[in-house]
Amino acid sequence: MNDRDSLNRRLKAARDRQGLDKPEAAQGGLPTSPWGFGLRAGVEVFSALVVGVALGFALDRWLGTWPWLFLVFFFVGAAAGVLNLYRLFSPRSGARKD
Amino acid sequence: MAVEGKAIDALGQFELGTALGPVGASVGFTQSNLYMLISAGLILALMMWGMRPRAIVPGRMQGLAESAYGFIDDMVLSQVGEAGRRFFPFVFTLFMFILFGNMLGLFPYAFTYTSHITMTFMMALIVFILITFVAISLHGKKFLGYFFPEGAPLWLAPIIIPVEIVSYLSRPVSLSIRLFANMVAGHVMLKVFATFVVMLAGLGTVGPFIAVMPLAINVALVGFEVLVAFLQAYVFAILTCIYLHDAVHLH
Repeated sequence: MNDRDSLNRRLKAARDRQGLDKPEAAQGGLPTSPWGFGLRAGVEVFSALVVGVALGFALDRWLGTWPWLFLVFFFVGAAAGVLNLYRLFSPRSGARKD
Repeated sequence: MAVEGKAIDALGQFELGTALGPVGASVGFTQSNLYMLISAGLILALMMWGMRPRAIVPGRMQGLAESAYGFIDDMVLSQVGEAGRRFFPFVFTLFMFILFGNMLGLFPYAFTYTSHITMTFMMALIVFILITFVAISLHGKKFLGYFFPEGAPLWLAPIIIPVEIVSYLSRPVSLSIRLFANMVAGHVMLKVFATFVVMLAGLGTVGPFIAVMPLAINVALVGFEVLVAFLQAYVFAILTCIYLHDAVHLH
């Protein structure tokens, strides 16, 4: 059994050197093809904008302050879109569990 | 056929009608509902009929059922952690329902229920309500800390909190738009190129030879659409897992 372990270890080391094994981190994550990534980024920004605009619109209709809250929440939505993008690009760390 | 007066009717395929004749018409049973029932039936059949032998060396159907189970089980465990075990039935149902919907929609004359924003948004809303409920029931008041990261200067709170709330609320929207847009775009492209085949084929003697080109594109597109159908179900499921991870661990 020990022999086989050491063989596996050396095999793994050799495969790693040659880059034959995919890194473990890529497994189980989101697909990272350029097209998929671009579409995801677009959808994230767009949806945050939609939510911001809808929220501003609804609050304005409720409080009768058209167009001020709409304008404010338009920019809040844009900022949230950028935040979504930042979350998309920054690697999700499981290490931040405190 | 899609060619009516030389116009391309690419969106007609998403129109809702009633199914099952006069009975369906009187209760408003649409073909979308019909396909939902069909896919639910197929999933049930796959899981129940496939797992009937309970063989140690699985046959084809059992192998399919087991690999679907194992795939989602791995995903939930690796994304959410051990605490995610109890969400497995939810994620599995969601994944299989979307996958079968996308795949069934690729058959000719079939209806794709995942191509309607109301449908995808309702599913995303269920996910959103679940993650909010889980976060609140597990963390109580600490859930509110989600909207204001620790260590940020207090004077930034009026800016950070609305932005974080909007970002949080945008989750179901982005989740539903992604699935919906992918399915609509794929089916529109298929329809447009299929219409080109018919239009070009009618162009006299050379027509059929030119029509081979859009036909070849359509063959490639169908393969691509099968990939997209799987990938979008996968993305929906894994994003659900990521959100569940956030809800369980609060970052």
